[in-house]
Amino acid sequence: MRFWDGYKGSSFMELLDLDFPQLAPDLGAWFAPAGQLPPTAHGTTCVALRWDEGALVAADRLATMGYQVASRDIEKVYATDQYSLMAIAGAAGPAIEMARLLGIQFEHHEKIEGEPLELEGKANTLASLIKQNLPAAMQGLAVVPLFAGYDRRRRTGRVWKYEITGGRYEELEFDSVGSGSIFAKESLKKSFQTAAGREDAIRMAIQALTDAADEDRGTGGVDLERGIYPRVKLVSDGGIEDVGDEEIAQVHQGVLASRRRPGA
Amino acid sequence: MSFPFYVNPEQMTQDKAEFARKGIARGKSIVTLEYDQGIVMVAENPTRLHKLGEVYDRICFAGVGKFSEFDRLRKMGVQWADVEGYRFSRDDVRGKALANVYSQVLGEEFSRSMKPFEVEIVVAEVGDPEVFGHESNSLFKIGFDGTVQDHDGFCVIGGSEGSLQSHMESNHRAGLSLAEALALGWDALQRAENGTPDLPAASLEVCTLDRTQNGRKFKRLSREVVGQLLG
Repeated sequence: MRFWDGYKGSSFMELLDLDFPQLAPDLGAWFAPAGQLPPTAHGTTCVALRWDEGALVAADRLATMGYQVASRDIEKVYATDQYSLMAIAGAAGPAIEMARLLGIQFEHHEKIEGEPLELEGKANTLASLIKQNLPAAMQGLAVVPLFAGYDRRRRTGRVWKYEITGGRYEELEFDSVGSGSIFAKESLKKSFQTAAGREDAIRMAIQALTDAADEDRGTGGVDLERGIYPRVKLVSDGGIEDVGDEEIAQVHQGVLASRRRPGA
Repeated sequence: MSFPFYVNPEQMTQDKAEFARKGIARGKSIVTLEYDQGIVMVAENPTRLHKLGEVYDRICFAGVGKFSEFDRLRKMGVQWADVEGYRFSRDDVRGKALANVYSQVLGEEFSRSMKPFEVEIVVAEVGDPEVFGHESNSLFKIGFDGTVQDHDGFCVIGGSEGSLQSHMESNHRAGLSLAEALALGWDALQRAENGTPDLPAASLEVCTLDRTQNGRKFKRLSREVVGQLLG
């Protein structure tokens, strides 16, 4: 460890860049020359929405590699700290690494400065990571996350979407990313209610993921054969809540029942 | 060409040590104790600047002496721990390794620089009998010259260390509740040579490493909670 001449700021990424360059993820270098990219795992559909007491983030569990299944039970929703969630779509490798770095960054800042970052600051931190990834994104390793959290200063949930340039856009209602996002968004457009309660928020999210899985072959939805359910996490003033599989299964049954053809 | 004056290394080391001890003696003491659910640190500190801090999931830090110096050491510890956890895994970040890092830094600084650090620090790591390889608590005290001491049960740093040692030895026992451990730490600080008799509970800075907590074990106790615990 370098002492007096070492890095003294509160950014973990800068600490790696300056004092531990061998460990710093060179996000821009994670790609082969154009056209040579071997198949890699990609995450599919995630949704995020605001509800009465905070925000909700949900995603199915499938990762695909071209037309094949890369993983049936990948984690795509990450708690990056006690009050924020990140859902990943796009190239799974860099995206998961990004979620891990982001969590370390938030914790590092909190410990060094004695105060956690504001939610706005957290959303900006993620934007700068995505911007660094732009060269890789141009080669097909795009990371397009959703970020949501509970803003303790404003006492509300907030949701952001990103684009590969690092562009950061706040959504007031809901958003979705990934291969099935068109269908998930269409579904939410019909079902979304402002200031929904907890149960309604979960139902809207499960319905959107079920619709996406129905229309998009890349989206996993609910795997009834193996009992693999989407991940649903809520964030509110009380912190993060993981919604259990039993509750999701029940909500999903309700969604299925409303779609069954008569007599089926 | 000029030659530097010859300085007897023994004399120089003694002078430096005396200088460092004087600086540390001016600082208020900090008591670290084990209680039934983990480790509690108690410091006399009416200011908003912290002497105690979180380092990692199971590890926390306490420093006495010169603020700029021990706070830089605290931040260095956080940097080390976060890099180590990123490089390997969260469970690979250990208190003993951190104590060694501090020992190296302080030892080198003591022998190389004109002015040694005027600090004493504690690295505490909470154990959990249920977690393989992390079964027991560890308390390490690192001195201004890099000496490391391993303590059981409790550990005192700061000016009045000598006078508090015997009081703690006769009053600390295994299995204290948090309120009992806190009261003992509070009592000890008031008996310190340079401590404040009738120290108000509001002037205490208290943190715990609570093994029953999920995830990160560190918790800063607010003045209200400390007041309630001390009744």
